[in-house]
Amino acid sequence: MLLSAPSVDISQPFFSALLALFAITLLMTVAVAYATWYERKIVARMQYRLGPTRTGPFGLLQPFADMLKLLVKEDLRPATADPVTFELAVFMIFVPAFLAFVAVPFTADWLISPLPLSLLFLVAVSGLSFIGFLMAGWGSDSKYALLGGMRAAAQLISYEIPLLLAVIGLVMVTGSADVYQIILFQDKVPLIVWQPLGFLIFLTASVAEVERPPFDIPTGESEVAGGVFIEYSGIRWSMFQLTSYVNMYVFALLGAFVFLGGWEWPFGLDVGWGYQLLLTVLKMSLFIVFYLWVRASFPRMRPDQLMSYAWKVLIPFALLQIFLNGLVIVYDLPDVFLLITSVGGALLLGWLAFAVVRRGEARRPLRMIATGQGAAARSAI
Amino acid sequence: MVLEQHDPALEVIDMPINMGPQHPSTHGVFRMVLVVDGERIVDVVPHIGYMHRGGEKLMETMDYRQGIGYADRTEYLAQFSAELCYCMAVERLMDIEVPERAQYIRVILTELNRLSSHFMFMGAFGIDAGIFGTSFTYAFAQREYLQELFEEVSGDRLMYAYFRVGGLAWEVTDNFVERCHEVLKHTQQGIRDLDELMTRNEIFMARCQNIGAFSAEQAVAYGLSGPMLRASGVPWDLRKDEPYSIYNRLNFEIPVGNYGDVYDRYLVRLAEMKQSVSIVEQALGQLPPEGPIVPEKMPRRLRTPPGEVYARVESPRGEWGVYLVSKGGDKPYRLHMRSPSFCNLSALKAMTIGQFLADAVVILGSIDIVLCDVDR
Repeated sequence: MLLSAPSVDISQPFFSALLALFAITLLMTVAVAYATWYERKIVARMQYRLGPTRTGPFGLLQPFADMLKLLVKEDLRPATADPVTFELAVFMIFVPAFLAFVAVPFTADWLISPLPLSLLFLVAVSGLSFIGFLMAGWGSDSKYALLGGMRAAAQLISYEIPLLLAVIGLVMVTGSADVYQIILFQDKVPLIVWQPLGFLIFLTASVAEVERPPFDIPTGESEVAGGVFIEYSGIRWSMFQLTSYVNMYVFALLGAFVFLGGWEWPFGLDVGWGYQLLLTVLKMSLFIVFYLWVRASFPRMRPDQLMSYAWKVLIPFALLQIFLNGLVIVYDLPDVFLLITSVGGALLLGWLAFAVVRRGEARRPLRMIATGQGAAARSAI
Repeated sequence: MVLEQHDPALEVIDMPINMGPQHPSTHGVFRMVLVVDGERIVDVVPHIGYMHRGGEKLMETMDYRQGIGYADRTEYLAQFSAELCYCMAVERLMDIEVPERAQYIRVILTELNRLSSHFMFMGAFGIDAGIFGTSFTYAFAQREYLQELFEEVSGDRLMYAYFRVGGLAWEVTDNFVERCHEVLKHTQQGIRDLDELMTRNEIFMARCQNIGAFSAEQAVAYGLSGPMLRASGVPWDLRKDEPYSIYNRLNFEIPVGNYGDVYDRYLVRLAEMKQSVSIVEQALGQLPPEGPIVPEKMPRRLRTPPGEVYARVESPRGEWGVYLVSKGGDKPYRLHMRSPSFCNLSALKAMTIGQFLADAVVILGSIDIVLCDVDR
């Protein structure tokens, strides 16, 4: 159980659930606040900037300044918006994101509720948010919001499939759909070693699922100017932002658990809960830094490219990973074959991505012309 | 008998979307009404004129010296090009010979200004394509060095008004040449950084290649100029085809694209930046250390003989021209500015229809407009 305060009987289900809920919401709010600070600092360093420096040492109080500003802002609702849909949409995104923490084992003991199918639960619950996006897009009565909502729905549903297929490969290898069991399986070697192809697919699909660049199509600033968030302000807008960061944590945690081994030290060392928590956080941070890094360096994909990438590249390769795992398991080959086949698949994926982007003949380079031929060229046309 | 039932509620109609004038990626106050079928653009109606303030008419009410400031305010990213063009027009009308040292300094500053303008393009274009500000900060860090130099020389960061009819306003700073070399070092690093960040980026390539392609025939028919025209494969550059000032004494090359798409426009600008660095280095080498910066016999009050003249320069965006009619006196009778932004923007509709909504942003970014120059 999460907390062990001695004076009250927290084994009562209702009371313990309430406590856990409270603790998680508080923890995640603070974690998210510092994720924004961290993101601003890291991205600023990648961009010749300093990031926040004025509020407290290293700008550490910046998240609170932001929070205060957002809380005192006027809560606007467009006159033509559908009131119920508009206001409920926030919760339809907010609640599923926090629900996921029910099945997150932070350490070997810190787990709110053991679920036998917690892996599927995590993926399924975090996939619910598209309903909220669609509601927000439709309820705002704004064309940009509608476009953003439609884009979000298409994207989240499409990328749910490769994500799920990638983790199903893990279920085949470990024989369990419980995140806890999957972590225990990785006490010697993390699963990323056995499933590099699945890991790459998971990594890509999870960036799309949390709608971060280069897959931030539903909220693309330069195209749909904020997408579904365009009509929201103040506390509602900050709840959207909070949720998108919480989702980022959920997928980073999921990735850390199922591919990097969560709180298990690679060589089977048994460590206390403090180290376990530290390991979880460190491994999660790797994912978070990756998300921030791609944000600062990649342009946004176009919606049609995004969809064709999911359906033509990621899903076939996720199926290939499952097929390869199936072969190894059915013919009872040694574990090394898992590694070999998966690396082969990953190489194939890399080659294909390379070939698809550079399809057709190579582009001719620019011509460099040293003498004035413009007049002749123009009169020839 | 089959009755054709028509339910107006179920009719599929194309949705008009208003993009701008406050949209983040319309580069100022440009507005376009896009008619979209899902994400695909069916029609585009551009609206311009939000920044119109009658710059041409204002310049007709001022004497020739005062007009320089308005050239700045019109083309606020390539101010030196605009000033140079305006001064060239008046000089041609008055038949003034500009001293050599002034010519060199003008070319050096104009080319540095081309660099700063292209840096602006690179930064803004990266944002249009969806890079979260990295290209922008990379480009602006470099632009800052250039602007510091301009400030040292002219005393202003934006509205330089440093060129004068006949030469320059005042002598450059003593350490001008060293400062230029210092800035160029940063500039070269900046060009390399942007090149590494964007050029070979897979998503960037996928976003830009074969988007908004214009053939050479189309480009000429629409009156495009500058990098837009050269990306379409027409090697038209006034610095080569109609060498003004001292450009015929410098060795440089004109990058010309093959496909005319957004990616080629980006590549042409990147290659132009490298050429500009080399132009500035050559001009700094040839710069006469001493000499007058205005002609000896310069009239105190500028009065032009009656006549008309058209002067044009290759600005970072293309052919920037000033057409000037004088009926004598110290003010122009009629002044018209031929702005490349306006002519290039006219091709937006033809380039955008049939593309995706997300492409419209990239295409508009690739035109590299200065809205003030469009609306004047």
